[in-house]
Amino acid sequence: MDYFAQQLINGLVLGSIYGLIAIGYTMVYGIVGMINFAHGDVFMIGGFIALITFLILISFGLTAIPLILLVVLLVSMAITALYGWTIERIAYRPLRHSFRLAPMLSAIGMSFVLTNYSQVAQGARVKPIPPFITGGYTLHESTDGFVIQLSNIQIMVVITTIVLLAIFTWLVSRTRLGRDMRACEQDQTMAALLGVDVDRTISMTFVIGAALAAVAGLMYLLYYGLVDFFMGFVAGIKAFTAAVLGGIGSLPGAMLGGLAIGLIETFWSAYFSVEYKDVAAFSILIVVLIFMPTGLLGRPEVEKV
Amino acid sequence: MTAPSTNTAKPATGISALLKTAFVNALIALVLFSLMIGIRTEAGSSGQLTYWTRFGDLASIVAAVFGGSIAIELLRQWIGPTGAEKLVPPTVQSGISFIGRYLAPALLIFTLLVPVIFYNQRYILDLAILVLTYVMLGWGLNVVVGLAGLLDLGYVAFYAVGAYSYGLLATNFGWSFWICLPLAGILAAFWGVLLGFPVLRLRGDYLAIVTLAFGEIIRLVIINWQDLTGGPNGVSGIPRPTFFGIPLDNSDDGLAARLGIEYSPTHRIVFLFYLILALALLTNWATIRLRRLPIGRAWEALREDEVACRALGINTTTTKLTAFATGAMFGGFAGAFFATRQGFISPESFTFQESALVLAIVVLGGMGSQLGVALSALAMIGGFELFRSLEGYRMLVFGMAMVLIMIWRPRGLIGHRAPTVYLTKAQAISSDLVKEGHG
Repeated sequence: MDYFAQQLINGLVLGSIYGLIAIGYTMVYGIVGMINFAHGDVFMIGGFIALITFLILISFGLTAIPLILLVVLLVSMAITALYGWTIERIAYRPLRHSFRLAPMLSAIGMSFVLTNYSQVAQGARVKPIPPFITGGYTLHESTDGFVIQLSNIQIMVVITTIVLLAIFTWLVSRTRLGRDMRACEQDQTMAALLGVDVDRTISMTFVIGAALAAVAGLMYLLYYGLVDFFMGFVAGIKAFTAAVLGGIGSLPGAMLGGLAIGLIETFWSAYFSVEYKDVAAFSILIVVLIFMPTGLLGRPEVEKV
Repeated sequence: MTAPSTNTAKPATGISALLKTAFVNALIALVLFSLMIGIRTEAGSSGQLTYWTRFGDLASIVAAVFGGSIAIELLRQWIGPTGAEKLVPPTVQSGISFIGRYLAPALLIFTLLVPVIFYNQRYILDLAILVLTYVMLGWGLNVVVGLAGLLDLGYVAFYAVGAYSYGLLATNFGWSFWICLPLAGILAAFWGVLLGFPVLRLRGDYLAIVTLAFGEIIRLVIINWQDLTGGPNGVSGIPRPTFFGIPLDNSDDGLAARLGIEYSPTHRIVFLFYLILALALLTNWATIRLRRLPIGRAWEALREDEVACRALGINTTTTKLTAFATGAMFGGFAGAFFATRQGFISPESFTFQESALVLAIVVLGGMGSQLGVALSALAMIGGFELFRSLEGYRMLVFGMAMVLIMIWRPRGLIGHRAPTVYLTKAQAISSDLVKEGHG
């Protein structure tokens, strides 16, 4: 039971990170209707920028950890958001009205560019950082000595996710930008006729998605203590799986799907075999889609005749 | 980055706008690359990270972006808003279509003669075999993506199934290539059907992600099922192909000794070349034949409009399954060939990059166009070779090329094709008029 509770905590933390990346996929899919294959690599870039910012700040002699974290968060969000914006301008905007496969291939191409750009720029080796946030709480200690731990970093990941999710939900449901985004999701042409700047709204979607991916990258860096150029691919597929599982286009669905994938992966590793955890996650995706072709919270797809 | 639409009217504002755009682009580049290029991190021997600055590289990249955006903007103004038509005048276009009619037979004759012309250039023969392997994979995937309009991101899984089928059957039971080849095709087709089942109810992008997941599942199982597949170490010692039972080696009962000619290792390469050429042509022939049969027309109907297809009484279930099975079978053949050519297979050869490469060949060549797929395989694999010395930059350039070609020609290199059925006279239709890949 204690072991189960510990795995539950670990799974929820991992799921939060997947959920943050999955939101980026779901937003872009909801509005533009394309799979942004490069989103996983944007997450990886976010992790790298956070790592480099950490290094610079520490070498300048800063020691106040909250201040460092805040600066790193803002810098990585800002620069990664600019990456998202640039990618949209270069690779996706010219293909907005093209046939369906074109933006997808362009996105796959962009993903290759980002992965290899990062490899060329920063080298292929894994980059570790020393743990910044240490310590934690012991929630429960059973008689046979098994301890349920809740580390500070885990608390931080979950709280950051909840706060971002709250801000983001407010953004989508209450602000002008959110209204524009929902309008574009319904019907881009109609939204444009009614005075919504569709190009700007789509750009902002990519900017926000990339900023969230940067936070996920930072959380990943803090939680696992390392980044490497290839981590975007696997995390990206998992997060996309999460988005599809939750019903792509649905924001609560993305978070739910992220948590589900995180839990499945963690429990599978804990009780069965670590080697097959990805196989388990992908198999469950296939099984869910057989029975619920639009995911857990997805709307039924309308057939356009 | 956006071209001002009235830039020809006032040259004075044109220049200042030009400089402003270039300046903004350079600024964006400066922010983007400031940390990733400007600062290089590396893990030291004790696991401690160190870093050093590369501001020179950063400055040259920013300068290149500044100069580049001015150049692109000037080029854009010079060409004008219509672009493509001005670049290729009508006379040249009619010339191209004239060449197009005779290109395929000429290319085929040239390909047949490649081993004769380049007999002593081992490198070119090896490259030609590699290109033909991708031509075959492209033609195989073309059945699924180009004809049936089903987006498959896990095609390499069937390639892997074929390769491992041959590798394992040949090393464990000692069966010959000619028995294993059809078996590899059948097994791959079986996996195609297996993948097809969950996919039947899915459309579009859901299909893409499920096929991607499927490809990854196969790869992960190959890596982790060490008892059967050897895991990351792969399968080695896969027997070389025989000339219908006669080995192509230096022994007394080898082909060279039997024919009474001097043995040369090139014989095997030449044989492999004609083997993959025959397999590729088989794929091409089968595809062209199938297109004329009811099943091929059902595929194309499915691609154009699934709802109408169902309304017409076409069984979409069997149509999709046959498309997956047929495409997978050709992938399996190609895999068996790959295994016998390499003599060694490992999971590293069957990554998502391979799937994306084959998909890129099909889409860049122009989906449904057999010639286009062959030409783009030649361009992509041949082009890849040009960058062999720049190992780290290869995929970077490949990715950029994918993006640029998509922007330049979203419909692929050959965006026209002859319809399979026509009423009175045959005429090519632009692929802009069909909505393929909408499944």
